[in-house]
Amino acid sequence: MIDIKPFLKNLISTSGLSGFEGTIRKQIKEAWQPFSDELGLSRLGSLHALKRGNLPEPRPSILLAAHMDSIGLMVNAIIDGFLRVSEIGGIDHRVLPGQFVTVHSRKDLPGLIVQPSSHLLPPSDSNAPVPLNYLFVDTGLSAEEVGKLVRVGDLVSFAHPPLDIGKDELSGHSLDNRASVAALTYCIQELYQREINWDVWFVATVQEEETLGGALTSAFQLRPTLGIAIDVTFARSPGSPDHLTFPLGKGITLGWGPNIHPIFHKEIKEIADKFEIPYKLEAMPRHSGTDAMALQIAAEGIPTMVISIPLRYMHTPVEMVSIKDIYRTGRLITEFISQLDGTFMEKISWENRA
Amino acid sequence: MLDKSYFYQENIPKINQQQIQILEQLCQACSVSGDEGEVRKIVFEQIGSYVDETKVDALGNILAIRHGKGSNRLRIMLAAHMDEVGFMITDEGDNGFFRFDIVGGIDERQLVGKPIVIGEKHKPGVIGAKPIHLTTKNERNETISLDSLRIDVGPENDNHIKIGDRATFASPFLQLGPSILAKALDDRLGVLNLIELIKHAPENIDLLAAFTVQEEVGLRGAKVAAYTLDPQLAMALDCTPASDLPIWDKDNYQAAEEQLENAHYNVRLGAGPAIYVADRATIADPRWVRHLENIAKKYQIPYQIRQPGSGGTDAGAIHLQKDGIPSISVSVPARYIQSSAGIARLDDWQNTLALVYFSLADLTQEFFSVDR
Repeated sequence: MIDIKPFLKNLISTSGLSGFEGTIRKQIKEAWQPFSDELGLSRLGSLHALKRGNLPEPRPSILLAAHMDSIGLMVNAIIDGFLRVSEIGGIDHRVLPGQFVTVHSRKDLPGLIVQPSSHLLPPSDSNAPVPLNYLFVDTGLSAEEVGKLVRVGDLVSFAHPPLDIGKDELSGHSLDNRASVAALTYCIQELYQREINWDVWFVATVQEEETLGGALTSAFQLRPTLGIAIDVTFARSPGSPDHLTFPLGKGITLGWGPNIHPIFHKEIKEIADKFEIPYKLEAMPRHSGTDAMALQIAAEGIPTMVISIPLRYMHTPVEMVSIKDIYRTGRLITEFISQLDGTFMEKISWENRA
Repeated sequence: MLDKSYFYQENIPKINQQQIQILEQLCQACSVSGDEGEVRKIVFEQIGSYVDETKVDALGNILAIRHGKGSNRLRIMLAAHMDEVGFMITDEGDNGFFRFDIVGGIDERQLVGKPIVIGEKHKPGVIGAKPIHLTTKNERNETISLDSLRIDVGPENDNHIKIGDRATFASPFLQLGPSILAKALDDRLGVLNLIELIKHAPENIDLLAAFTVQEEVGLRGAKVAAYTLDPQLAMALDCTPASDLPIWDKDNYQAAEEQLENAHYNVRLGAGPAIYVADRATIADPRWVRHLENIAKKYQIPYQIRQPGSGGTDAGAIHLQKDGIPSISVSVPARYIQSSAGIARLDDWQNTLALVYFSLADLTQEFFSVDR
């Protein structure tokens, strides 16, 4: 069975910024291929892996979406060999000064994000955060060399290597949402050994951090009967309010709100209870901030659920996750799918709820 | 890069892969002011067989003497500080979250979102930040205060972390084309230069080497080191910040910059060793300045005069010791030195080493023939 920690370390050591997921997709494809009955790509680049069920055609199917793209930066100007950058995905600019990056130019160049001294910046409060448009990436190369190698539009990804925090915790960039890709990898391997009724589509989606375009288009193409978005949520950490966060390593969260089908939610909760998988209810009063937003409204609409893995310091290069929670996520989905049969959709119909 | 006429002289110390490896070892050490043991150990390993006398004084300075030959030798003190800026754990942990304070001049804005190492065993931790999703726009315009930050070592790994433990940024050591990217270049570059000068000491002088402690918290090691060594002349080997970046509104300021040469940086990368004339702590002895400039010209070594202004080196404490010691500082320039990593050029490093070597080798009692 997959050892999640080394696998996940590999996943976060591979770049795949939103809209440019080719490298990471290749790695996930290699991991999923041996356990898939069919593999395909969407037109936007999402990876689709199918595990076939045993029910007669037309067979119901469930789509499991974990986005593989990550946040990062893009070169938008070159001044005397220093690079100005803009963001891909949501980044708090205050975490950027002093970060190690890779500039994906004609060669991959290591670099450092730097904050110029205050006398080089427009006059302002000298202790205020320096906005992104005044930060630079310094590659240590001469202006001439940079001119030969780097172009506006080149991608810049975080480069700090993964950090083993304890036995159970891993820290690094891009754990949002490679942690969920690891959970799906656990699930695809577990289900490979089981006879199941439904078809399962494992989907590593693209562009979640920008447009949710991957989940929307894959759901349209594959027309699943049910959809689950697997993503990360906020783990408790200094400065974050307790009522919006969940303890790290103490279990996963089950989403509840308008993006989520209430009876589908209840069914998953029952499986978690049955297998003693610890979880917390996560209130998502408006949108869930996950692929579920898109899955739910693809084509004629899909009953959708969100399962999340608590993660500290989201969208910083030192995100932190508990490996136990990743196993728990993979296990819950595996057990849920294993008990799906031909009657499930009746069970969750709105008519029966009333 | 190293195609310099002086470079072919046999005894001058040279930078090659071996020196870069020692620098890596030095930079990766965790040696925050007051806790310099890890660097001290490396220095001892390197200088052991080259020095005639060595001791560790009351504060932890390494004092090492290499005697020259012949009569009338000058006693020259060279100082390089072993300590670096960093952090100290200041409170009991709360579920793996530790309060900490800054040691030395680190900008608060450099702290957020960084991996760090704690203590000599380099235990891992991170300084996190609230997720952007939970912040407001107003919040993002405010600097995150030290008071609200914690070092996070994970929920169940805090039993080996104690109040008083030191920590530094965990940063890789990288060679980027002509440059080195590493943490603690200030002043491991100086430490390595001093190691190499001991190994290649010119014979006309007694080399009194001080690997000092606590420079970053007020030049404290150098003060007592100079007292003990009692030199006739002294030089601090340090690393000075280069602010040679483009100004924010470069196009509009182009004309102004051309008129105001040297308006916006202390020193520049690639322009050679930085010779100090004055900083906040020292007015360099003008005889030293002249001597260094003459040597640079004689051996065609590029150099730059560091712009007078802020900052201070061990020379600030040394020159006031006893009845006064004529002192100067020479630095390798590096960008961003008080953040998670700095960038220096190999070329500047080699030229600094050469300039200091020749300035020592050509030093005679003549130095004192003119009054200051």
